[in-house]
Amino acid sequence: MIVKIEESGPVVLIEVKEERLDAHNSGELKSQMLNLFEEGKNSIVVDLQEVRFVDSSGLGALVSGFKNASARNGNLKLSGLQPQVKSMFELTRLHRVFEIFPTAQEALASF
Amino acid sequence: MKEKIEVDIRVPNQTRYLSLIGKIGEEIARTLKKYKGDRNELAYHINIVLTEAMANAIRHANEGDPRKEVHITIAIKQKCLHIRVFDEGQGFDISSLPAPDFEDLDEHGRGVYIIRSLMDRVSYKKYNGGHVLEMVKTLS
Repeated sequence: MIVKIEESGPVVLIEVKEERLDAHNSGELKSQMLNLFEEGKNSIVVDLQEVRFVDSSGLGALVSGFKNASARNGNLKLSGLQPQVKSMFELTRLHRVFEIFPTAQEALASF
Repeated sequence: MKEKIEVDIRVPNQTRYLSLIGKIGEEIARTLKKYKGDRNELAYHINIVLTEAMANAIRHANEGDPRKEVHITIAIKQKCLHIRVFDEGQGFDISSLPAPDFEDLDEHGRGVYIIRSLMDRVSYKKYNGGHVLEMVKTLS
């Protein structure tokens, strides 16, 4: 999986550079996030601007990251959801769980 | 002229083929002549149900065994889209799965719910030593 990880002050921005976030590659995103938690980085923005497709495994990886960040008094916020990706969050009611921003800049500024 | 399409695919039991099968499903949705609904939405929904069904077959039914294979058929007949995903395993009874608890933030358990939400009929039956997950959507 191709991701770009960038620190912006106390917040880490993970840009997912894949068209799909699914059962094939979502485990890698989970591992990347676990590495950050182990380094004590608990404030995370996951930018999905380039992701056109997300399945239940992709959603599960983000839920796992959200739970880990929250348990460490941090937060995991999302940005750049394409309409069909957003529809999967709505179908599974996860849009009520995550704070979702139009752009990564807005998500970063919200911390 | 009647629109009859049938595609039969076999791939190794590996998640790297999810994208290929999902895209084939999308392309089939885009070629439907008579569908009057939102074609892009239908294409996306077919991609997602194929991905969810195949991922379940690969990981749960076929227990991640790379020597096994997943067999998929996609057919359009009598104004219905029929998708069948065959596995070679012991099966997982989807009817025994409860609806997800939206308040409980579990990492797993949304795949079958997504399939049931997007398709009109879903069944899981024994077939030829394994099982078949059949999903039907009415195209009108």
